[in-house]
Amino acid sequence: MTAVSPATPNSAATLNLADKPVITATGVVKTFGGLRAVDVERLEIRRDKITALIGPNGAGKTTFFNLLTGFDEVDSGVITLDGADITGTPPHRLAAKGMVRTFQLTKALAKLPTIENMKLGALDQRGEKFWSALLPGTWTKQEREIEARADAILKRFNLTHMRDEFAGTMSGGQRKLLEMARALMTDPRVVMLDEPMAGVNPALAQSLLELIKALPGEGRTVIFIEHNMDVVQEISDWVVVMAEGRIIAEGTPAEIKRNKAVVDAYLGAHHGEDLSKVQLS
Amino acid sequence: MDWGFILERTFSAMIGVEVMVYALAAVGLNVHFGYTGLMNFGQAGFMAAGAYGIGVTVYWLQWNFWWGVVFVFVYGAVLALLLGVPTLRLRADYLSLVTIAAAESIRLLARSRVMRPITGGVEGVNKFAVTFYDISPFELGRFYGFGPFKYLGRDLWVLVVGWTALILATLMVQQLMRSPWGRTLRAIREDEDAARALGKNTYYYKMQALMLGGLIGAAAGCIQSIQKHSVQADTFNSVITFTIWTILIIGGPGRAWSPIVGSSIYWSLIVFVENTLRQLPAGVRANLETAIELSDFNISMLRYIVVGAGLMLLARFRPQGIFGSREEMALDRR
Repeated sequence: MTAVSPATPNSAATLNLADKPVITATGVVKTFGGLRAVDVERLEIRRDKITALIGPNGAGKTTFFNLLTGFDEVDSGVITLDGADITGTPPHRLAAKGMVRTFQLTKALAKLPTIENMKLGALDQRGEKFWSALLPGTWTKQEREIEARADAILKRFNLTHMRDEFAGTMSGGQRKLLEMARALMTDPRVVMLDEPMAGVNPALAQSLLELIKALPGEGRTVIFIEHNMDVVQEISDWVVVMAEGRIIAEGTPAEIKRNKAVVDAYLGAHHGEDLSKVQLS
Repeated sequence: MDWGFILERTFSAMIGVEVMVYALAAVGLNVHFGYTGLMNFGQAGFMAAGAYGIGVTVYWLQWNFWWGVVFVFVYGAVLALLLGVPTLRLRADYLSLVTIAAAESIRLLARSRVMRPITGGVEGVNKFAVTFYDISPFELGRFYGFGPFKYLGRDLWVLVVGWTALILATLMVQQLMRSPWGRTLRAIREDEDAARALGKNTYYYKMQALMLGGLIGAAAGCIQSIQKHSVQADTFNSVITFTIWTILIIGGPGRAWSPIVGSSIYWSLIVFVENTLRQLPAGVRANLETAIELSDFNISMLRYIVVGAGLMLLARFRPQGIFGSREEMALDRR
């Protein structure tokens, strides 16, 4: 057995793979005109851990995210998922392979009710095929199962009261929650969150942190971009620092905190502040 | 003024041939724009594909009428593929550019001298639907009246077949849009990247939507040409496309029954305004003739002006259309 089952993290097969990185990026380069937006020699993402990707604005974090998730094409380099080459694979196939992402600017589907937003996330829906769609008998049973799963996740994310409201009526923070909840509907092995905390109020932020922290225990690897250093220190197992498209350091949160180069180049006197705001001032 | 006559005309128009044909074409556009967000500005092109699908097959190939009906859908599907393959991977605006250009190209090519042996050029194709009228249960030349509705037998036969097709298409679209397939289309309309990130092959779905709406548009063109019993290239100009858009906006995009209601309102208004203008008392008529140079020739232009003003009022006071919800529309502005 070589396949990894996210549902049984303690199986023998998983233990063999546990030390192997779930995602690797080797020699990944992306340029926009003369700008070398991303130039990553080697990055390995550890399985079932939470990896934070930090760096000043314009460091290439989101571009790198887009490359990993197939939303943008690399100029050169190789990206693998569980050892298989996924360079250039379109996003919808990556989602089927268990890799899902959220967006910096939330993409709640405004004119669909929350529950429909959630149900959209489920993969392999029979009713999504044209001819089956005409015959409700072929998909209503699966639809009920999907709905039950969606309701369970909504409950976990404290969004049950918004279930039948249009997603467009949600607050910015609720949309962040919805987007993460919807991503979990694909039952992913790798969850990539682009600034999950941006615009979330402190009360909601704490519950969102707890939800993210719980993901590795379910056999899901988390990679997230974040500007708030307190959040990074609190939840990440590993921190990768990017600047000007390159990875300038990586290590445990404690190591990064002590790393002279990172502190000088990036954290500086601004430690503990919201770095996106630092950049603006 | 003969109000009885005006009302009889208006009521007959409410469920008349124009209403049926344009509603059917709008059902197709609703699949494109209302549900999937595809800006198709060439629905007249799909109608032309349907009309020539049947006309050319019967007239030029001299094949059986029923083969012609099959070719209506073949042509519609081929046109959707031709338009979709190069544009659906690009940003949304490219589709609108390509569709409006393609529809005009089809019209100009069909009426050109080169194509004359096949499409009949400017004269078009005539008398290809004899088989259809042969099986009519109504006497073709007789008037049938029930209540305020009054139709010629041949039109009644077209209406029965056309409305059956229209209702079936509407029910099919309604069923599809209630399914997960329809949910995916609406998700693409709201945010294509979100749908892609959640594992949907959006290119494939957009192509399916373009084909479905195009086939329905082709069916509308086919029925229209059967009713006219001729295919004229200039019937399929871009005014047709924009009339279909108007009808869809009146009804409210993204609602299954809005094409029928929108089309009915549009055409009854047109017919009501025109017949009222023609029946004005002599004194009023004389005043208008001096004031705005109203004549029998420009009455049809004046009716569009009046209806246009009505549409402006609709856009001001009910921008979401008859069936649309204001609450939903407000979400766009957030």
